[in-house]
Amino acid sequence: MDKFTSHTGTALPLRRSNVDTDQIIPAVYLKRITRSGFEDGLFAAWRNDPDFVLNQPQYDGASILIAGPDFGTGSSREHAVWALTNYGFKVVLSSRFGDIFRSNSGKAGLLTALVEQPVIDQLWSLVETDPSTEVTVDLENLVVKANSFSARFEIDDYTRWRLLEGLDDIGITLGHEGEIALYEARRAAFKPATQESAQQADIAGKPSVEAALSQPA
Amino acid sequence: MTLPTPRTLAEKVWDDHVVRRADGEPDLLYIDLHLVHEVTSPQAFEGLRLTDRPVRRPDLTIATEDHNIPTLDIDKPIADPVSRAQVDALRANCAEFGVRLHSLGDVEQGIVHVVGPQLGLTQPGMTVVCGDSHTSTHGAFGALAFGIGTSEVEHVLATQTLPQAKPKTMAVTVNGQLPPGVTAKDLVLTLIAQETTGGGQGYVVEYRGETIETLSMEGRMTICNMSIEWGAKAGLIAPDETTLDYLHGRPHAPTGSDWDAAVAYWRTLVTDVDATFDREVVIDASAVTPFVTWGTNPGQGVPLGDSVPSPDDFDTDAERVAAERALEYMGLTAGTRMRDIAVDTVFVGSCTNGRIEDLRAAADIMRGRKVADSVRMLVVPGSARVRLQAEDEGLDIIFKEAGAEWRGAGCSMCLGMNPDQLTPGERSASTSNRNFEGRQGKGGRTHLVSPLVAAATAVTGRLTAPADVQAQV
Ligand code: SF4
Repeated sequence: MDKFTSHTGTALPLRRSNVDTDQIIPAVYLKRITRSGFEDGLFAAWRNDPDFVLNQPQYDGASILIAGPDFGTGSSREHAVWALTNYGFKVVLSSRFGDIFRSNSGKAGLLTALVEQPVIDQLWSLVETDPSTEVTVDLENLVVKANSFSARFEIDDYTRWRLLEGLDDIGITLGHEGEIALYEARRAAFKPATQESAQQADIAGKPSVEAALSQPA
Repeated sequence: MTLPTPRTLAEKVWDDHVVRRADGEPDLLYIDLHLVHEVTSPQAFEGLRLTDRPVRRPDLTIATEDHNIPTLDIDKPIADPVSRAQVDALRANCAEFGVRLHSLGDVEQGIVHVVGPQLGLTQPGMTVVCGDSHTSTHGAFGALAFGIGTSEVEHVLATQTLPQAKPKTMAVTVNGQLPPGVTAKDLVLTLIAQETTGGGQGYVVEYRGETIETLSMEGRMTICNMSIEWGAKAGLIAPDETTLDYLHGRPHAPTGSDWDAAVAYWRTLVTDVDATFDREVVIDASAVTPFVTWGTNPGQGVPLGDSVPSPDDFDTDAERVAAERALEYMGLTAGTRMRDIAVDTVFVGSCTNGRIEDLRAAADIMRGRKVADSVRMLVVPGSARVRLQAEDEGLDIIFKEAGAEWRGAGCSMCLGMNPDQLTPGERSASTSNRNFEGRQGKGGRTHLVSPLVAAATAVTGRLTAPADVQAQV
């Protein structure tokens, strides 16, 4: 995961409240076997509408989502976060987030910045007046800025630390590599291995059941 | 000098795998064996690819195709596109990351929980994980084995470790002798009915007592397999001579001086005399009879000699509502004798009861008998090896002569992800582990049974105890 210190980009005003994870990414997309490529499913139900804000060319390339209250409620699907990051969003601003969505976001490198609703209102009007307005979300100083406007945002310390360090769950564990290696050095020699070494993985060429059956017993 | 604190078996295995322990953090546990299959792994592998991480220990990882593969025409391309995509993804991922894979048609292919023990990869005192809830099966060897989710699969692939909060411990002590015709499956179904599906929540359960000690490894695996069905995190059984006999000479069992060192360690894997469990349950095996489910969770079961219960028989509102809903879904009326319930399909297989001993038990009943005209019987070996062994012993002939279908290895009708499914309203007697609504196919109605009851039921077309058909000879 990349380290997140500060991000500057254009923003998309999503004037809707209670956008649940089913609206972020509908269930039909969950059958996939990937964790990338979900951008086409983002807000799928609304994308047919040419007036939907995501379809408006002046917001192309936006990387900050300015959302209404209660963003990311509903089912715990991690795909909702993937859909947003696959699309190119780095930050979501809202006055209230779904808990699980927020925790999934932190693990996947998407910054969910909590601000008061008046801050959202102010940002909405700024970017609607001028879609090329650059918004900066500074995680080190917990400040969001656009033109001369600036406001503080909130995020819990642990998630902030993870984002600043660019650590996902696996990254945190790999931070203890030394301890893992020490453990491996003292593991009993009699413990089984599935193969001698990685290179010897013999994917093809195993005797087949049909071949074994045709052998005389 | 202070004496070491007495510990349970589960605590010993846990302690032996702690890589890192710190205040306010879950223990970081080392994982000795990671089993992988096609359904829960694709996104884990992709996660590695996206972060440019390798599989840390391919030599402690093994994959097989089981959940959604067909059990007929296994040499042809898989017809269902979603299944095919998952299997193709597994093949590509294993090749890319150097993971050993047993594909459809390979002689070591089969259900993950049958393959691990059969290869001798599952050994006492190990930690075993898999993206599948029935990983508890491997606890039969005195291993700490539990199911994990896809993001945890990725975590183990990348680090060979897993952060885990310590569970509570429970002992289930089973005394006495199981009566003839009564199996480990009947015992565990009885236990789950008594404790309800939530009774084991938060616990690692150690099964022990003279009954457990006299069970074969297959029977022990059946018990540990069903641990998850009453909510337990894992189930395990202390290794003994039966365990050693099973393991000796298996392809991945230690040999020579390694074997001696391993055995010396395995012998320490018992609960200390003074160790205490957070909870204890005692069961009398001699009172257990053939047991079947009537409802839509594994805890809704009764002795085969009883009748379908009435919602009024239950103590709590939640149970009454659940019973009402289950009876409606199952199309059953309270008071109907279980023996009068007619089934359309009999399924013998799954990681609960698809091993050689299970097939032998079912074949013993079928020998010289016929599957009732109204019944379709599917026999699905748990692995390709089990299939070969059964064919070596002529069991396939017995099943085929009786009119049953003899299939290739896989999960099959246990979860109906492949074409082996019940149609709406169809009723089955199944040796698998879950009777949830729609588990074996949309609208399908499942009665969980032992392999002996399954076979006897195939003969009469109604839920039947083995003794009933044996008496008719
Ligand atoms: S046989 Fe059934 S329970 Fe066992 S692994 Fe397969 S699907 Fe899961």
